[in-house]
Amino acid sequence: MTELPETPSQTAGPFVHIGLTPGAARTGLLDLGTAIAAEGVPGTRIRIAGTILDGTGTPLRDALVEAWHADAQGRYPPDAADGFRGWGRAACDPESGEWVFDTIKPGAVGDQAPHVALWIVARGINQGLHTRLYFEDEDNSSDPVLNLIEQPVRRDSLIARRTDEAYRLTIRLQGDGETVFFDP
Amino acid sequence: MTFRPRDPARHPPALAPAYKTSVTRSPRLPLLSLDPGPTERTGPVFRPDDLGQMDADLLSNYGEAAPIGERILIHGRVLDGNGRPVPHTLVEVWQANASGRYRHVRDGYVGALDPDFGGCGRCLTGEDGTYAFRTVKPGAYPWRNTRNDWRPAHIHFSVFGTAFLQRLVTQCYFEGDPLIARCPIAQSIGDPVAVDALVANLDMGQTRPFDMIAYRFDIVLRGRRATWFET
Repeated sequence: MTELPETPSQTAGPFVHIGLTPGAARTGLLDLGTAIAAEGVPGTRIRIAGTILDGTGTPLRDALVEAWHADAQGRYPPDAADGFRGWGRAACDPESGEWVFDTIKPGAVGDQAPHVALWIVARGINQGLHTRLYFEDEDNSSDPVLNLIEQPVRRDSLIARRTDEAYRLTIRLQGDGETVFFDP
Repeated sequence: MTFRPRDPARHPPALAPAYKTSVTRSPRLPLLSLDPGPTERTGPVFRPDDLGQMDADLLSNYGEAAPIGERILIHGRVLDGNGRPVPHTLVEVWQANASGRYRHVRDGYVGALDPDFGGCGRCLTGEDGTYAFRTVKPGAYPWRNTRNDWRPAHIHFSVFGTAFLQRLVTQCYFEGDPLIARCPIAQSIGDPVAVDALVANLDMGQTRPFDMIAYRFDIVLRGRRATWFET
């Protein structure tokens, strides 16, 4: 079988919004990834939100985040509920650095606890970073991916805290409390 | 059937000190290897009606008149690591205009904005994995890194594939540009053969006489590992 080497990654740079959130950047096209789950898709409506901190603790204000998750029954498109796209894209707020997704809460996927895959690109990030968001009000104790993490304290870096208005997760790119990033 | 692991030697390391911004934005701990499960082996699906009619034509999808600059056709194929075309996948591009200026609130470069150029395009690949964009060749521009760094002319590419683990963002450079060898971002990739894979080559065969010069840039996403059970 032919084996072709993968095209190398490069940073998305500071102006990623021109291409990937062109509606917000007003470069002539409409934004994609604004509705992960259309109105009427079965499931509990939730908001997930957070910030991404660099090694100095400063929020990234120019990053882009994509979310990919299963529907309430744990199914991915094309096998998921009608109107469920599963994929969202959000630019960090240019002032606060906050990213936000409005969606439905995913179901467990096989033996994995409910989770949202997150993928982060930005200036200074040479290869998109894969991580996950889990929910503090779910039973995550037997999740096989969380349990791959050798140090239990690091598992907490993936668990979003429930607040009145959102599940919140702070992603730390390096240093104390560094988020677990995956090489899938 | 599973995906072959990513070859780190093909990619820039997270920490590439000559590209200064990477110093505070790179994880210090190793990535956790993960056997791809349903979450990683699936990915978003896009449909023709997600896109606008003119989305792939940067010569006309923003302003009233034609933008200023060298008219080019940038085209190629999206393949997987097994050499198979990846059909119906989303390819997105963004770039500076011919002056090296981006249409972005935070780009303060003195190079002129072009009222007829937005710098954003996208399309779905055809059945045979092909994509094509009409655009202008972007200009080189200076950036704050050392006191005198210039980016080679480049177009940013974003590609999905069929699995979220294939997600790729990269940049395409142009054959013959002397700035490639001097660019801390391009050279963050240690392997010169891998850097060459990001260089679009002049493609006289696809050049449109009296209209556009063509450049070819093929993109390879991660492939699957052959197994005894594969048919």
